[in-house]
Amino acid sequence: MARAEPSGNWRVLVAYEDLSATSLPDDPFDELTPDLREAVDSGLATVFQRVNTGDHTSLVVGMPVTFAGEENRRIASGVQVFLTVPQATEQRYVDALVTAVERATVPALGLAVLLALLAARGVLRPVRALRHATRSIAEGRLDTRLAVNGSDELADLSHTFNETAAALEESVAELRGMEARARRFAADVSHELRTPLAAMSAVTDVLDEDAARLDPDTATAVRLISEETVKLARLVDDLMEISRFDAGAAVLHLDEIDLAESLRRTLADRAWTGLVDTELPPPDAVRGRVDPRRLDVVVANLVGNALRHGARPVRLCLRADGEGSAVIEVLDSGPGIPDDVLPYVFERFYKSDTARTRTEGSGLGLAITAENIRVHGGTVRAANRPEGGAVFTVELPLRRDEPAHGEHL
Amino acid sequence: MCGPADTEPMPRVLLIEDDRAVREGVALALRRQGHDVAAAETGEEGLERLRSFRPDVVVLDLMLPGMPGLDVCRAMRALDQTLPILMATARGDDVDIVVGLEAGADDYVVKPVQARVLEARIRAVLRRVTAAASTEGGIPKIDTYGELAVDRAGHSVTWRGVPVPLAPSELRLLLTLSAAPGQVFSRQQLLEAVWEHSYHGDARLVDACVGRLRAKMGEPSREPRYIQTVRGFGYRFVSP
Repeated sequence: MARAEPSGNWRVLVAYEDLSATSLPDDPFDELTPDLREAVDSGLATVFQRVNTGDHTSLVVGMPVTFAGEENRRIASGVQVFLTVPQATEQRYVDALVTAVERATVPALGLAVLLALLAARGVLRPVRALRHATRSIAEGRLDTRLAVNGSDELADLSHTFNETAAALEESVAELRGMEARARRFAADVSHELRTPLAAMSAVTDVLDEDAARLDPDTATAVRLISEETVKLARLVDDLMEISRFDAGAAVLHLDEIDLAESLRRTLADRAWTGLVDTELPPPDAVRGRVDPRRLDVVVANLVGNALRHGARPVRLCLRADGEGSAVIEVLDSGPGIPDDVLPYVFERFYKSDTARTRTEGSGLGLAITAENIRVHGGTVRAANRPEGGAVFTVELPLRRDEPAHGEHL
Repeated sequence: MCGPADTEPMPRVLLIEDDRAVREGVALALRRQGHDVAAAETGEEGLERLRSFRPDVVVLDLMLPGMPGLDVCRAMRALDQTLPILMATARGDDVDIVVGLEAGADDYVVKPVQARVLEARIRAVLRRVTAAASTEGGIPKIDTYGELAVDRAGHSVTWRGVPVPLAPSELRLLLTLSAAPGQVFSRQQLLEAVWEHSYHGDARLVDACVGRLRAKMGEPSREPRYIQTVRGFGYRFVSP
């Protein structure tokens, strides 16, 4: 750009009134516009104009020739000089510049977008990782941790997240440990109670037999010991059972049976046949692979519960649901289960009144029922019927297509 | 209440139990029921008493110090194939039950057990030995099924002419199944007929007993000829 423009292309026109002379012979001097001429006529200053003729640009300079008059006033002599300087080189520079800018802009824009994306990704990736990690924690994978990179705010956040997760994991592990210890303790206690109870249970019949021959006070005391020993044995039995479920040591002994027959036998074994209305399918209509002993416990607990806490008539229904499961319903006609109790009926030792009055059962009956159904892969729910009374509904998979024999669950 | 039956001789019970209180309690209760009871503290002592006491039935605790109950059971079976053996197991020792049954026990009770329940089981296992005999009146009635001969009156089974000594449950199971060749018995039916258990009893008793019976009858394990498994339904006896 600093290059000196060769002056060879410069052209000059000198005009006085109607006379004019040009530096090149017969130069039409097209660049001189009437505007410029007029501007030079009306003033004493030099005038510049950029003129576009066709495809090239020129700078035209117009200048009146003046002389000094009185009191140094400038007086136009009437002679005007015009100079035309072609600006092709400048135009080329400008064009080149524009082209250069154009060429540079697109890649620069692309680069900028790319850089922006990278920067965004740098921020978004940790945020996304954080989101995944949070969800993972929420789903119970408490050992989830984030990789901490760099030392920005996100790294800080990740670090805090990791600390929180570690603290949470520790607390949960501690709680689980406490729960496991509590359950272990219950299992150990019931285990230890078995031997003295075995001795006591062996002699309750002797006490019962001889009580009649004792004086009334002693007889009452002896009968009391006998009765309570039987109850204690049952409670310990239930505790052992629930401990086995907790330890995952409950084993299903599956056998294919006629479910209606099983239900009938459960009622007959406990002399409930006349107390319960039944809606059972014909023989062999609903066959399934179940643990007969556990099914007996389930039905006995539900029907026993209905007879004890509900009111008659109590109804026991069995049907196949057409999707490979059996549905067993136990309905009673009592007052139903209070709404605030309903969610807790399958919990251990849950008593609807806080006084913890002792009932006939161990307080574990429905919890054991639920566990027995769960090891079968079935479900149980309790509800109140609109027409009154409670209904317990059991869904039990029939597993008729599965291979045989003792499955550990 | 139920004293000793005057007509029957008092069943002799050998009780093997390590806990003193349980041993004394059970022995007391069984004596009150009319049994002649010998109590042993260890398996070794129990095996010793087997010869001198000559029990009609053994009540064997599986959890014993020293020689384990399962080994005692096997040793007793080696001495006497036909001796009725009743296992007593603590609740929760579920695995031992199967092993005990495979070792040759006829039945089991879960402790704590009330005297009348134990008594009922003892009576039931003894009935397996005596019941069939008394109904047939002692007249030999021998059914033959291929190489197997079953003397329903005399309670003896021979296979290829060689006597097969059977434990009470095994004998009663074979008699029940072979009485109706071809008929399918469910495990529950067999529990009621052979063991006098409830419909919801432990079907592993049946499976273990079938296994022992097949082994004693020299059945090929893959394709049993006499006692066949009917999948989903139970067992049947077929005469080859």
